[in-house]
Amino acid sequence: MKILLIDDSRTMRNIQKNALGELGHSDITEACDGQDALSKIGAALPDLILLDWNMPVMDGMTFLKNFRATNKTTPVIMVTTEAEKTRVVEAIKAGVNNYVVKPFTTEQLKERINQTMQKCKAA
Amino acid sequence: MESKFIVACVSAIRNVFTTMLKTEVTFGKPHIKQAGAPSNGVSGIIGFTGAVRGSIIVCFPLDVASTLMHRFAGAELPPDHPDFADAIGELVNMVAGGTKTQINQSDVAIGCPSVIIGKEHQVFQRKDEAVAVVPCTCSAGVFTVEVALKPQISSLAAPKDTTAKVA
Repeated sequence: MKILLIDDSRTMRNIQKNALGELGHSDITEACDGQDALSKIGAALPDLILLDWNMPVMDGMTFLKNFRATNKTTPVIMVTTEAEKTRVVEAIKAGVNNYVVKPFTTEQLKERINQTMQKCKAA
Repeated sequence: MESKFIVACVSAIRNVFTTMLKTEVTFGKPHIKQAGAPSNGVSGIIGFTGAVRGSIIVCFPLDVASTLMHRFAGAELPPDHPDFADAIGELVNMVAGGTKTQINQSDVAIGCPSVIIGKEHQVFQRKDEAVAVVPCTCSAGVFTVEVALKPQISSLAAPKDTTAKVA
């Protein structure tokens, strides 16, 4: 499974990569902001995207709106400190499939990834 | 300084340290920062804008920061490592995000974190704002959190009268 990890913090990308590794995923592409992610997606669509909200250059919501304009199916999990209900609703309306609030435990992240992939397979 | 901002920050610190660093934090009595008081080895700073303005600064001695960042990142992260400042910034980002959530007020935004590393450095906030210093102790050692938050003046105004008026 191809996974695209978008976060401006290398530390946070490493933490998420370790969690993905524990789930047996190693085909991971990293991007440091939305623009970098759009340029890396190209023709090779990922099977799952983990997306930070607040990033320089292009934030997560702008990326999401751009990405969803052409792709409706690839599951996207927002991983962010933005925990207010209004923000969660805004993200879901924009096309996010699941939501993880920082700080999170590795178990919580793995659970959300599994949950998201199972829902997408069933759909 | 409204106590709700200190309470929100303390709650966020407790949550971040328990979840990401697997350590409990105990808090001392907050006091007002004295002008010119030098900070410890590394300061992570994040600004608030909108309905609440100001900043939160988390200040660690370098050895405490190194121990905590090792736990946070899952790898050795000494202060001269290129990812050390990034890790401190992300930790402070989580503390600020948690504080924002606890404040539970719409139209509050947090900026990108800045990190200053250096012995006896000083961080100056606006002179018209009191800065509350909260002493913190965890298994890695002692650190402090400086809370300098206040409501934006316009957000203090009374809610608009939405009742219908008949001429």
